[in-house]
Amino acid sequence: MIRGKPDEDEYWNSSKFKAFTFDDEDDDFTRLKESKRAVNSIRSLVEEEDEEDDVEKVSWSGEPVGSISWSVKETASSIRSTGEVRDQSFPKINTAPSLPKNSSGYSLSSLFKGKAKTGSFQSFSESFGETSIRNYAPELRKPKSEYKDYVSDWTPEETVKRMQQGKVYSLEKFRSLQDKLLLLDEAVNAHDGNVITAVLIYLKKSLSKENLFRELITREIALRHYIHFLKEIEEQKLLVELFKSLDRTEDMALMQYRDHLNIRDENKRRDFLKSCLSLPFSPDDATHVQDHYTLLERQIIIEANDKQVESSGQADIFKKYPRKASILNMPIITTLYYSCFYHYGESDGTYSSPANIRKTFRISDKQFLLTCLGARAKLKAWFDVDALFTTKNWLGYTKKRSPIGFHRIVDILQKNNAPVQVLQEYVNLVEDAEQKISLAQKYKCHDVIINTYRDLKDRQQLIVYRGKVERGSSEYRKIEEILSNSQIRWKN
Amino acid sequence: MEQLPCIYRPNNIRSFYWTKCSLLVLRFPALIKSNNGQCVSLKMEVKGWAGVLLCSTSGPMAHSVRRDAPELPDFSLLKRLARDQLIYLLEQLPGRKDLFIEADLMSPLDRIANVTTLKQHDVDKLYKVEYKPIVSTSDQLCFLIRPRIKTVKWICDVVNADKAFGRFRKYKIIFSPQKFYACENLLEEQGIFGDVTTDEWSFYLLPLDDDIISLELPEFFRDNFLEGDQRWVRTAGSALHLLHSVYGPFSKLYGIGRCSKMAYESWREQVEEGEQRARQAEIGNVFLIDRDVDLVTPLCSQVVYEGLVDDIFRIKCGCVEFGPDVTSSDKSIKVMLNSQDKVFNEIRNEHFSQVFGFLSQKARNLQTAYDKRSGMDIKQMKTFVSEELKGLKQEHRLLSLHIGASESMMKRKTKQDFQELLKTEHSLLEGFEIRECISYIEEHINRQVSMVESMRLLCLLSLTENGLLPKDYRSLKAQFLQSYGIDHLLTFSNLKQLGLLVEQQPGETLTVMESRVGKLVNDKTAGKLTDAFSSLAKKSNFRALGRRLNLVPKSDEEYDLRVPRDMAYIFSGAYIPLSCKLIEQVLERDGWTGLEEVTRMLNGHEFAVTAGSNGSDARVKTDSQRIILVMFLGGCTFSEISALRFLGREKGLKFIVVTTAITNSARLLESMLDNHA
Repeated sequence: MIRGKPDEDEYWNSSKFKAFTFDDEDDDFTRLKESKRAVNSIRSLVEEEDEEDDVEKVSWSGEPVGSISWSVKETASSIRSTGEVRDQSFPKINTAPSLPKNSSGYSLSSLFKGKAKTGSFQSFSESFGETSIRNYAPELRKPKSEYKDYVSDWTPEETVKRMQQGKVYSLEKFRSLQDKLLLLDEAVNAHDGNVITAVLIYLKKSLSKENLFRELITREIALRHYIHFLKEIEEQKLLVELFKSLDRTEDMALMQYRDHLNIRDENKRRDFLKSCLSLPFSPDDATHVQDHYTLLERQIIIEANDKQVESSGQADIFKKYPRKASILNMPIITTLYYSCFYHYGESDGTYSSPANIRKTFRISDKQFLLTCLGARAKLKAWFDVDALFTTKNWLGYTKKRSPIGFHRIVDILQKNNAPVQVLQEYVNLVEDAEQKISLAQKYKCHDVIINTYRDLKDRQQLIVYRGKVERGSSEYRKIEEILSNSQIRWKN
Repeated sequence: MEQLPCIYRPNNIRSFYWTKCSLLVLRFPALIKSNNGQCVSLKMEVKGWAGVLLCSTSGPMAHSVRRDAPELPDFSLLKRLARDQLIYLLEQLPGRKDLFIEADLMSPLDRIANVTTLKQHDVDKLYKVEYKPIVSTSDQLCFLIRPRIKTVKWICDVVNADKAFGRFRKYKIIFSPQKFYACENLLEEQGIFGDVTTDEWSFYLLPLDDDIISLELPEFFRDNFLEGDQRWVRTAGSALHLLHSVYGPFSKLYGIGRCSKMAYESWREQVEEGEQRARQAEIGNVFLIDRDVDLVTPLCSQVVYEGLVDDIFRIKCGCVEFGPDVTSSDKSIKVMLNSQDKVFNEIRNEHFSQVFGFLSQKARNLQTAYDKRSGMDIKQMKTFVSEELKGLKQEHRLLSLHIGASESMMKRKTKQDFQELLKTEHSLLEGFEIRECISYIEEHINRQVSMVESMRLLCLLSLTENGLLPKDYRSLKAQFLQSYGIDHLLTFSNLKQLGLLVEQQPGETLTVMESRVGKLVNDKTAGKLTDAFSSLAKKSNFRALGRRLNLVPKSDEEYDLRVPRDMAYIFSGAYIPLSCKLIEQVLERDGWTGLEEVTRMLNGHEFAVTAGSNGSDARVKTDSQRIILVMFLGGCTFSEISALRFLGREKGLKFIVVTTAITNSARLLESMLDNHA
């Protein structure tokens, strides 16, 4: 490695220097042509000039170099105070799973020195690297032929290194399959995704896909970069082929299914989903995709119908509660809610009826109840709510049952602004007495509280509660009445 | 108190605090807003809690920084470097130009420069990149963007549209923090390579606060851990290199995770390529950690103040927007949240339940300070106005703001039954009543409550239980798709790929690692045998890790949040974040020795290295040795930062957190979504 360069130059990764060194580089080239052997000495000379001339030079665009560049340079150099150079190297760590437990015993200098390369060659390429393309206006760039001779000898390792540093590089010389793969493996070893992808782009252009795919199978890291790159540039077709050749059929299916998101028109989307049905999904996912197709198909029918009914003003429900949005592309549960809201009581045969949706999409009792409850409560259809829980036994007695705890039901009703009379009924159905009381207190169901204390024969609590209700109110009188009832055997 | 319903585990101190505070906060705002005798009556009401809450000053809040805790380095230099380089780059395109800025670069840019700076350097109009045809009339266009294919594609469209129109302009793309070959390749393919010049703005690090530095790369998490794309590895290495050059040289580095290891390598190579000059190090030690080493922590609900504010209002680049419900006016305001805000600085790391006590004390003090006026003569009043009033007003403003925020958060959390949610989370962490947790999650899904919350709970369940039983997985997935849309099939596929939400493989055999852990537990006491067996049956690394590192304190013990005894306080005493615990352990042991079981369960990739050389640094016990830079690859949460600050106070250390982005459960999971075009 070349150590002559000032630090700040390294830090800015050469982007600032180049603009001003254009003229010098031109000289550099001339000199290079004069004598290849003199490269080293010339280089150091050039570098010095760089330093001195920096301030007075004009940039390639002709603008005088202003204070900004100075300040950039100043800031960069102010962050390092000069001092003697020490060996600060850190050990290279193996990126394979096994690791040194404790590294304090490591000798590092050997590793460090082991990496040094042949001097003349390095410095040559290094001086060349100064002409990094990024700061040239493209039209000013030297024709490639002029330096072709010198660049073509870089090993895969050197090439990758140069790519990482943003220096000039050339991939054209990696022509044999073996060379290409060596290059790829080197890029992977360098852990730089940017370079890995760059090499893959080159391989994509210079290898048939069959060959590339085959090689990628055994190179997991490179493969993942390739897949990500194809996703980003949206080369869907190639990606599908890749998955196919890798035998990753489920990924392929999902990848194709994903395309439906790009289709705006609902009819086209439905047709596309239909075409997805034959894709090799996992058995579970196949069911879901089938549902997706069925759902959209029905939503289209329901939407067309309801839109028409709504605009014709035939149905009260739409007049009273105009639809806020179309039902298209909504989830199954939202569709069910919609159906419970607008199409409650329709016969099983219609697509829009809650019962039909429930059956078609295998909706659980619990889920059905929750959704239905929400919709009917929203409409304040307390009679419907009541009917949801009422079951008749074989003797004809009715009883309230629920697949979910009644404290939950209370919560949902309360969130839908149910009146106290309705809430009360369900609070009463909560089994746990403590929970019942706390819910009743939360929602101010006085009767429930009073009755519960009465049933618990808890006189003390009842007296406490009397202090909390308004004097002379009906609750107050009720408590008074109970307290004065001599029939009750109080426990306290 | 007896009126407050405490349905779930009434003995639990955690829920106790929570409920108590809800009562207080509702009464509280009046305290600060009133200037008169009304305060007295309110004081009376509060008095009941005073014994508990007011003494918080003797708790962590008053935790005086240890005298020997070293000073933090000054990171404002990083801002100056970035700003100067940007100006330099803008000057590379001389003359007037319009500047197009990528949306997510705007806030970071705001932190280091302002419009005037840009205008001074010939920037005419500023636009946000919106992927639409442009309206600029300028002859020179400059694009300040992240190296993303989508943005470059849009620029190609802009340039090609100009070409088709016969319009000639100069174009320059400035990639931040670096360019990618894939982007340049696109320019080439679109036939505009050469028409457009490109440059790099090495804006790697944005200091968000005295001890937080962000790379502002939220996509790091998805790119690296989901897609397996290592494009940001070198970026991380370069960021570390920058810190090393300015605040180093580092003498010790520890780390865990594949990406950490690669970032370390990249950094080391860059150090080798450059040249070292001796200087006094300001930062001595570095800890690198991959986000996927600990995915549980970022998925937990945050309950320290700063974390909670982030969860609810989303702090963006150190700045939060408080809506009308907080400001109790009709407008929103943007507030910078950092150590400059004196009130915020004192509550940011506190458990939410402690915040009210502090704010009420503050309000009282403020009242007393204002009240001083009453007995003053003119001269005293003059001094008061000139010396104290401004400060008091400022404090008043901040105080009302944070009280408003607390109140608003309290309301929201009460509405969504936060108590029960936390209870479920804690049960998952403890591995307690898992069936109940599953039915809670199921109902959450059934009721179509927040999609991200449902997903978060599912992932927590999977991570803590080492995967879901196949029948649970199938059923929960089906219900999720029914509630939130079938296109989430794609999201499930991503979650599976990343290991966030997986199905236990039927007939899965014990891995070597797990049986080892089993033995270890068995060896301890015979009484623990059953415990060990049940853990083996569940095949859960999290459980084993939790036991090994004591991450989950016993739930029957009371945890006094006023005087936190460990980092668990950030999760109400229920869980010590794994990430922070690892850092603590490694620093304590000066390496990974003795943590072999742990690292094996975490898939290895741990390292600990010391600077080679003559090792002069290692011997010198300077302040820099007690400054530890922790770099999170893939993001970290405010809760983790709070935990590290706590650890720092306990051990006399100072932590500097460098993260690819500040994250939280919502951001992390939203990056996994794929259900949009």
